[in-house]
Parts: sequence; structure tokens; C-alpha cells
Amino acid sequence: MFVWFHKLASPPFFYRFAEKLAPWLGWLSLLVILAGLYGGLWLSPPDYQQGDGFRIIYVHVPSAWISMFAYMLMAAAAAIGLIWRMKLAHAVSAAAAPLGASFTLLALVTGSLWGKPMWGTYWVWDARLTSELILLFLYLGYIALNHAFEDRRTGDRASAILAIVGAVNVPIIHFSVTWWNTLHQGPTVFFGPKAEMPPSMYIPLFIMMFGFMLFFAAFMLKRLQVEVLQRERNTAWVRELVEQS
Amino acid sequence: MIESMEQPDVLSVSNLSVWRGERCLCRNLSFRVSTGEALQVQGQNGAGKTTLIRVLTGLGRADEGDVRWRGESLRRNSEQYRASLSYLGHSNGVKLGLSPRENLAVASALLAKPIANNVDMILDKVGLSAHAELPCGMLSMGQRRRTALARLLLANVRLWFLDEPLASLDVAGVTLLTGMLKTHLTGGGIVVFATHQTMDLAPYPVKTVMLGARA
Amino acid sequence: MRLTALIGRDLRLAYRRRGELATPVIFFVIVTALFPLALNPDPALLRTLAPGVIWVAALLAVLIGQDSLFKTDYEDGSLELMLLSPMTLEWIVILRVFTHWLVTGLPLVILSLLMALLLDFPTHALGTLVMSLFLGTPILSCLGAVGASLTVGLRRGLMLLPILVLPLTVPVLIFGAAAAGRAAVGDPVAAPLYFLGAMLMLSVTLAPFAIAAGLRISLES
Repeated sequence: MFVWFHKLASPPFFYRFAEKLAPWLGWLSLLVILAGLYGGLWLSPPDYQQGDGFRIIYVHVPSAWISMFAYMLMAAAAAIGLIWRMKLAHAVSAAAAPLGASFTLLALVTGSLWGKPMWGTYWVWDARLTSELILLFLYLGYIALNHAFEDRRTGDRASAILAIVGAVNVPIIHFSVTWWNTLHQGPTVFFGPKAEMPPSMYIPLFIMMFGFMLFFAAFMLKRLQVEVLQRERNTAWVRELVEQS
Repeated sequence: MIESMEQPDVLSVSNLSVWRGERCLCRNLSFRVSTGEALQVQGQNGAGKTTLIRVLTGLGRADEGDVRWRGESLRRNSEQYRASLSYLGHSNGVKLGLSPRENLAVASALLAKPIANNVDMILDKVGLSAHAELPCGMLSMGQRRRTALARLLLANVRLWFLDEPLASLDVAGVTLLTGMLKTHLTGGGIVVFATHQTMDLAPYPVKTVMLGARA
Repeated sequence: MRLTALIGRDLRLAYRRRGELATPVIFFVIVTALFPLALNPDPALLRTLAPGVIWVAALLAVLIGQDSLFKTDYEDGSLELMLLSPMTLEWIVILRVFTHWLVTGLPLVILSLLMALLLDFPTHALGTLVMSLFLGTPILSCLGAVGASLTVGLRRGLMLLPILVLPLTVPVLIFGAAAAGRAAVGDPVAAPLYFLGAMLMLSVTLAPFAIAAGLRISLES
């Protein structure tokens, strides 16, 4: 098993592996998301307080969760790339960044859309949304640094340091923003504690989370294929691949 | 790690491949330089001489291959290696806001085992006694280069890496440098240098590595 | 003795370029002055805004100052010599950040008293304001140095640096401004000051590793 995992680090092997796996994950994620949406939009009853508006959590919460997960993945891959000098690990970081940033943006937009009917404004400075906003800035910083270098390898390694420093900071940022929020008595927590949720609500939510994860995985594999091709474009196996197609 | 055994002072490079972006600067390069030998890195502008020298000092990274000093690989980024070398790059490494004397004091502080109390002698040797207290910003390019050369004399290290050492030097400066190199080689040192111009280091053997040549 | 030699080098160089050192300080003053101009010079309003304004201005001023941290050493080749020194790079780096803070950050801490005057910040809270900046500006210097180490080799590094570093400085800003703000209205300030102290300890111990790693990476090419 470990040998197979080790083989996965080889770019050509990974490329073929991703080629085969990605479509399966993609279609599966579509099914799961549709199931989740059906459960969330049709089957579950409207919230007694928020009416139908709350249904946006079925997109908002999974997006926010994935955005955090993607950042941690990016930082972990960066660390692996630096310590073990794996090119593929750096490719994972570089691929995860724009994807994670998109999910962050989605979380922010859906959070904002939720806010309008609930609080009357498109933006409230509550702890979670503010943390998401700062996370978006962290992603953008990473992407900017990664692209600022002429030599892609140097760019990968420099932005890896930034990702790790960012990851160490994320809990601190989250804590400080939460503290700041309580200080100024911002609007009460956007989303009530999970204990209050009936099964008809949290089951579709988990299904959606699972679906988003699958979607993320499928998309990551595809992006990784592109990153691998770009990084390895001078090697023999890539030239063969191009000639074959 | 056989650290207790005295390893010979040999810089050995095996199967070194260095890429710069898309370009391959060298592939499967191998050579050895031992005590009392000099190695000249030749090649046209842009062939990668500076990059190769930097890889040998440990500043740059090789994509493949290994560089070993006294049997120990450079990848370990050891303090030992850095304590065994002196580097003179394209830029002098000289602070323009400080005088030559102050620059040498700083360089000395950064060394492992500087030779104590002879900064005056060194300054005299490189011909900067008269200007030792002026900020280097007021000195000529040649004088700044001499300050950088003086740095090489601060410690008794085996390896000297020089990138275009003759740049900005006048005839007297070239003589000075050649003399310094010969003294260093006599003492069992090793010199790796990159330059366009020919340097006469007779009777010391000068190996050459040619970059950019189609093998 | 080597440490003092290195500190002496930085201070001597800073002294000989003391004109340049004024830049972050002048920036600090101008930015602070912009707020009453952009808003309303009503003293009551200024008093409420003062902690935040002073802190944001200090934050930006420290970031502006980071450019001089490694740039000249990079350009004249001194940085390479530091990397090739057998001395532990992390030590060289922390000394460099410390002396840099002494000449760019500490003046801000002192000058904040003047800024507080301009914004009608209550005098009884000045001690906390200074303390918050005294604890916070070194953290900002450390974070700025991390960014500077990664961008030192880039042509447009100066423009990229704030984008990289500002999100990381949010906690410092929150606790620092909160400390000053709470002191102004008489609330207890122990919590934010302690958090600042903790973050200072954390950055001083961890940042040198990130900065040294960043420098090594930047100097590879």
C-alpha cells in the first residue's frame, strides 16, 4: 500500500491516476449534491424563525467548511513539499489555492445574500464572515506571491513559507476576531448551534458537505493534472503524451 | 557519519544538473578539485557560470547530483562547510555606508575563526591603508573591489569561490589578486573561479569546466 | 562580541542614513492627520476614533519601513555573506529585525504621544496606548520581516509586501487598538495586553525560522 502511495508522487503515474479517477468523482459529486439539494430545498420544512431564507446554509456552510479545509490542505502540502522536496506536493498547494479562494468567495457571497433578508444589510461584521474575509485575503496573498516569481520552483517554495505562516496564524486570527466581535456586541451568531437542528435539516447539510468534498476532490485532480503538465513540460513523458493526443 | 576520521580536502561534484527556469545550464557534470588546485569555470555570458559557483557555495540549488566537501554532502547545509569557504561574488558585499575597516570588522564578526588583530596589515596588503577610514561610497569601484578582496584574507579557509574577481581591478589589482591566489594555493587552498579573462597561475594546475558547450 | 559587532553595524549604518529613517515616522504623522481631514474634526468623534486611527497608521508605517530591512543588503551582496556565514542565520536575522525595530518602530511608539495629542486622546490612557504599541510594533516588525524575506528578490516586492502581511497583522491590530480603546473609556485592559505579550513571545521565537527560510529561498536564484 505504501509503495503505491510512493508511486503516486511520481508525476506521470499521478497524471494517469487522476485522469481515471476524476470523472468518477465528478459525476458522483453531482449526484450527491443534487440529492442534498433535494433534501434541503424540498424535503426539509421552513425554519419557524427565518422562513425559507435559511436554506442558503446548504451552500454557505459547506463552502465555508471547504474553504478552511482547502487552506489547511494547502499549508500541509506546502510543508511536505519543503521538507521532502516533493514537486507534486507544491503542485497540490498551487492547485488548492484558487479553488479554496473560490469557495471562500462563495461562502462570503452566500453569507451576504443570507444577511439581506435577515438583517437588512448585505454585510455584517460578525466573527465568521470577517474570518472568512481575512481567509480570502490570505489566499489572494498566496496566489500573488506564487505568480510573482520567474522561476516556478522558487515561487512554490516562497509561497509555501507564506502558507505555513498563514496556517499558524489562522487560529490566532479566528480567536482575535471572535474576541473583537464579542467586544462590540455584534449581531448574534448567524447560525444557531447544531444541537437545535432537526434531522431533516442536518442530514441534507451533511450530504451537501460530502458532495462538496467530492466536487473539490474531482476539481483538484483536474487542476493538478494541469499543474503537473505545466511543471513537467520539458520532460519526455509529457512530450509523448502530447504526441499521442 | 564518519566525522572523526580526517577526510581529505576534496571538493567533488558528481552528476550535477542545474536548470534555470527552462534552460539547462549543465547536465551530469562531474569533477574534483583537491588541495592546491584551481578550477576555472568558463563559458559565454549567460552560460551559467555565476549560477554554478553559487550552487557550489550552497547558495543555489542543484536539481540533480551531489556536491561533496570532505565527503559530506552540501545538502546537509552544514555549518562546517560554510566555515570552510570564502565567497567573492559579482557584487562586492561591501556596505557603502561603512569604511573598509568597518566592513572588515563586520565580515570578521560573521566568520567562524577570524585571524585576530591584523586588519591593518590586510588593508595595507590590498593597498587601502590610506583610505581605510573613508566610507566606501566615496571610494572608486576598484577600491571597493579591493575591500572585498581583503575579506578573503580575514580567515584561513580552504575554499575560495570567486565570481569574476578581476572586475573593476586595474593592472596593480590584477597582480595583487594573482599573488593572493598563488599564496592561497601554496598553502594548500582550493580556488574555484569564473572569469572571461585568462589568469596566469603558473605553476599551479588550473582545471577547466566549460559551460554551454554542446557535449 | 559578534552580536555587538552586528548590532553596531546596523546602528552605524542607520545613523549614517538617518534621513531615510524619517520616512516611516513622517508617514505615520501624515496618515494620522488624514483622518480628521477626511472625516470631521469634532473632538468627540476624534476621541472615539483615536485608538484605531493611531494603530492603523502605525501598522502602515511599520510596513512601509520594511523595505529598508533587507533590500540594500540584497543589492550590495551583504545578504549573501550573511547566508554564507557559519553563524546561525536565525540569530543574524533576529538581530537585524531588532535593530530595525529600534530605528523604525520605537520612534513610532514615542511619537504616538504626539498623535494622541492631535486626536484628543485622553491623557490617563496614554500609558496603555504606548504599552500596546511597544508590545505590538515588534510583532508587526517580525511579520513584516517574514514578508520582506519572501519578496526581497522581486522587482515589485514593495507593492506585494502589504498584501502578504496585512491579513497576518489583524490580530495585533485588534488587540492593540482594543487595549487603547478600552483604556480610554476606563475598561480593564489586562486581557488584550496579555494577548499582545503572548503574540510577541510567539513571533520572536518562531519568526526567525520563517525569515531565515524565506531568505534562503529568495537568494537561490
